[in-house]
Amino acid sequence: MDIFLEFLQAFAVGGLICLVGQLLINYTKMTSSRILVIFLLLGAALEGIGVFDAIESFAGCGVTIPIVGFGATLVRGAVRSMHETGLLGVLTGGIVAGAAGLAAAILFGFMMAIIFKSRTKS
Amino acid sequence: MIDNKAYVELVKKTTPKSKELKTLPIAFAVGGLICCIGQAFRLVYQTYLPIGKMTAASLTSITMIFIGSLLTGLGIYDKIGKVAGAGSIVPITGFANSVVSPAMEFNREGVVLGVMSKMFVVAGPVIVSGVVASIIIALGYYIAGLF
Amino acid sequence: MNGGEQTIIFHNKPRIVAGYGIVGPKEGEGPLADYFDEIAKDDLFDQKSYEKAECKMHLLAIERAIERAGVNESDMCALLSGDLLNQIISSSFSARELDIPFLGLYNACSTFGEALILGSIMIDGGSMQRVACSTSSHFSTAERQYRYPLELGTQMTPTAQWTVTGSGCSVLCREGEGPFVAAATVGKVVDYDITDANNMGAAMAPAAAYTIATHLKETDRKADYYDAIVTGDLGIFGSEMLHQLLLSEGIDIAHVHMDCGKMIFDEKQKVHMGGSGAGCSSSVFNTYFLQKLHSGELRKILFVPTGALLSKVSSLQGESIPGIAHAVAIEVE
Repeated sequence: MDIFLEFLQAFAVGGLICLVGQLLINYTKMTSSRILVIFLLLGAALEGIGVFDAIESFAGCGVTIPIVGFGATLVRGAVRSMHETGLLGVLTGGIVAGAAGLAAAILFGFMMAIIFKSRTKS
Repeated sequence: MIDNKAYVELVKKTTPKSKELKTLPIAFAVGGLICCIGQAFRLVYQTYLPIGKMTAASLTSITMIFIGSLLTGLGIYDKIGKVAGAGSIVPITGFANSVVSPAMEFNREGVVLGVMSKMFVVAGPVIVSGVVASIIIALGYYIAGLF
Repeated sequence: MNGGEQTIIFHNKPRIVAGYGIVGPKEGEGPLADYFDEIAKDDLFDQKSYEKAECKMHLLAIERAIERAGVNESDMCALLSGDLLNQIISSSFSARELDIPFLGLYNACSTFGEALILGSIMIDGGSMQRVACSTSSHFSTAERQYRYPLELGTQMTPTAQWTVTGSGCSVLCREGEGPFVAAATVGKVVDYDITDANNMGAAMAPAAAYTIATHLKETDRKADYYDAIVTGDLGIFGSEMLHQLLLSEGIDIAHVHMDCGKMIFDEKQKVHMGGSGAGCSSSVFNTYFLQKLHSGELRKILFVPTGALLSKVSSLQGESIPGIAHAVAIEVE
């Protein structure tokens, strides 16, 4: 039953975040780049003011799978490594924490672009 | 003839919007579903692999990025996006889509100046804003810590 | 035509002796399928890129139109072509394969109207015997140049239009059989402060309205003089705006108005407001309308290709979208 609730919470919160994104698309005519940036910064801000953890423990992947999770990861990494290595950590922490996602996107992107060609929409 | 101002008003008033409400539940459902798929992977990784919570979370992200990339490569993700809108843009699979699609688009212009240099035309702002935000916030904490 | 006037009357009747129109597979599934001269099975046209495909399609349209006119390439005095790509490469690369003096044109989606007018002036003035006028557009080349990568999962906004994959070519001659260009009105650039690049119909409608109103005024004609007033690619919403704009001038064209962008796709094809692109008006004009003129179902038409003169840079810099429309009156005896 716990697991069911976990999924339900992830579904609800994740869906809600996307719903807000759709409202932005419908009423502001924003495109992909802007929407991704807005939600990323939202995640960064939530982590910055220290409430992201609380949301994550409730929603799980509902908040880490949307791009807000990536924003929070970057900020969390930067703050943590600031505590370890000071100013240098401020600079490096974000990218180090986001490295897994970033490297994965670059690698898979490169692979797919070598294997596949884009097709006309239908 | 109707003047500029009146025309802009007329266009604003009469521009078709009918389908906009229909897109909301679809975005909600698809977005929620993608998060649940992520949740399932995380559960499996946490339960069956001898790894910590953090690693499982990273592995989940990587898995989702792979799925988003593959669906883009196969030409499926843009079809999902046409229906789901933000439901498939906001999740990390959408970030993968925004990296892979320009890379694929420009493979006809070569590997270095096509694929590699165009890979981040859509997703670049995400990286830049994220890294800058992380530095600014951490710097804020650093300065606050000095006092 | 004196200063201050925009309309030219052609006394020597430049003839459209032949036309040819090719479209892509999606356009071939639309309501005009039976009229097109050729429907490609694959929009890559056996080429390695969509840009090369557009060139191939454009070249095919020119070659077949000249062939249909029954003249040799070397008999042509000039080729007037344009398209939507940067530096109009599909036109110039098509001309590279041809033994015809080339004049490259750009007026966005109204380029075909520009080409017909210039061709008619050259023939009417006696300086040229035979000219070919052509334009093309391709969904996948336009999409990457003006919008997003093809595989990016975005949604079309409700007012967006679908760039037509298609090309059309007309051969104009001083002598011969066929409908003739009777008059033309060169349009002015009109900007009504529309900034939404996904609402091109609304951006172009004022230009079309001005050109049509000017044409009717300067020729002292009523809209009923024509069997059809055919705009290029205003689409469903743009057409509605055109009717409203002209009504405010006391001109009612709704009953004679047709729009190539509206005609080329079916509602079921999910292209929102309809087709657009430089190849939209040229592929429909050279097939559907030429055939209707030949059969006598239409005897007098006012053909008004419309263009939105924006670029990706101008949009990013917050500029509004200037529109242009040229009117060409085509009649049969």
